[in-house]
Amino acid sequence: MRQEAIIQNIKVRSDKDLSEVIHKSKNRVYCTINKNILPQIARYLFNEEKARFSIASGVDTRKAVEILYHFSIDEIGLIVTLRVILDKSNLEVESLTPLMKCAEWIEMEIHEMLGVNFKGHPNLKHLLLKDDWPKGNYPLRRDSN
Amino acid sequence: MAHKIIPIGPYHPLQEEPEFFKLHVDGETVVDIDIEIGYNHRLIEKIAESKSFDQVTFLVERICGICSTSHPFAYVNAIDDLLGIQVPERALYIRTIIGELERIHSHLLWLGLAGHFLGYNTVWMWAWRYREPVLDIFERVTGNRQSYAMMKPGGARRDMLEEDFPWIKKTLKELIPKFDMFKGAVMDDPVIHARTEGVGVLTKEDIRQYSAVGPTARASGVAIDVRKDDPYAAYDKVEWKVITHEGGDVYSKAVVRILELYESIDIILQCLDKMPKGPIDSGIKDIPPGEGIGRHEAPRGEVIHYVMSDGGNSPARHKIRAPSFMNIASNKKAVIGETISDATIILAAVDPCYCCTERMAVVDYKTGKKIMDGQDLVRLSQEKTEKIKSKLGRR
Repeated sequence: MRQEAIIQNIKVRSDKDLSEVIHKSKNRVYCTINKNILPQIARYLFNEEKARFSIASGVDTRKAVEILYHFSIDEIGLIVTLRVILDKSNLEVESLTPLMKCAEWIEMEIHEMLGVNFKGHPNLKHLLLKDDWPKGNYPLRRDSN
Repeated sequence: MAHKIIPIGPYHPLQEEPEFFKLHVDGETVVDIDIEIGYNHRLIEKIAESKSFDQVTFLVERICGICSTSHPFAYVNAIDDLLGIQVPERALYIRTIIGELERIHSHLLWLGLAGHFLGYNTVWMWAWRYREPVLDIFERVTGNRQSYAMMKPGGARRDMLEEDFPWIKKTLKELIPKFDMFKGAVMDDPVIHARTEGVGVLTKEDIRQYSAVGPTARASGVAIDVRKDDPYAAYDKVEWKVITHEGGDVYSKAVVRILELYESIDIILQCLDKMPKGPIDSGIKDIPPGEGIGRHEAPRGEVIHYVMSDGGNSPARHKIRAPSFMNIASNKKAVIGETISDATIILAAVDPCYCCTERMAVVDYKTGKKIMDGQDLVRLSQEKTEKIKSKLGRR
């Protein structure tokens, strides 16, 4: 019941900016949304549904870079994944760190590994790589050496 | 007084996760902390893309030496989710038993080191002494004391022998009186209360903001546990309860871990009784294109793996998130405003790596001259316990 309500709420809030909803298995739902709606949907999940931000996965799919934000709704064991597809010519998305501190480290990691710029991140430096790592070399990119 | 910086870390050969804490102190009080990680970054996620799906199970087993089965457990859950298959029931019970044995030895390890930091070296010796029988069980069941290689996508890699069950049960039951002893030592001792109660408090809102997991969250009264919330393996087939405590301090974290030892033993005993006979492997071969998310409640909290397949022989992407990635950041909240002598136990309370604290050194910010090292800080912590002991007349 609650699962359907959450998905319905995401649908209503994102309207045309929601391109796909996949029910992969009983407790795993993937919603592909437009990046301009991400802060709003994340705020809904984190503040209204009291979801726990589990982690984000950055993926280079060759055509684009995808960021998957995994939110866990622990009361019903559900993981709602918000998928944002970023064009390689404009790897930029709004940072979620001002909304929730727990996004700070993973955004730093995706920034250094895939070269995504998180707008509004308070401290976008290297997390895992050393400070003098060559600029423009992103280890998790398909075209990286 | 001018601010001084205490660098803690970054690493030590024994450490499971190298990290570097810079404590900014004003006199005795910690006023700020910088946390740096990445000193031993191995880019396992990238290596996974060059291994076959089966080999990745062994690869992720090498992420952590203490909770070595947690990552393979979450990984096989992710592959099972990707495939949408039903794993043979016997394999589910085997996975559960291995996961819980690991929790027992990991919690005992933490308890021992926490004891050492507080100046209770007897607790340290006890904890490590009673961890041995658990490792003996691992050796009998899996052939290894660490890195058990029992997980396999779609099943378990090795069967358990029924003839071992009575010995396993006897060994585990013999541990219960020892755990009672720990419970008494921690919960009834006024000195331990004085050192740990109200120290390094994390509120429910802190837990939410930092997304902390596992005993760190449960000690602040946040009842999250993947085993209960999103049941996998055999966790929904046995009776057990999620342990929580309201304090949010170091004391609560210790209590949660001690009480979880009993639950783990209970889960294993029930699994041994209920384990059905039958196959242990569903014999999966090809992994079709798709994606899967697997979780496991490791001793330190939720481990989450995301696996994407493009239909090839290796994962197209494998994202791994260990619980300490979330928990270590919460130290920023827990340690500020506390004293240096309490910093050791607070930083250790989320159960990150302890050995790093041996690398502590107090350095004068201006001259760069070393004033104190890690040994001195442990000594500071132990001396505080001694002072409280004599004050309470418990010498």
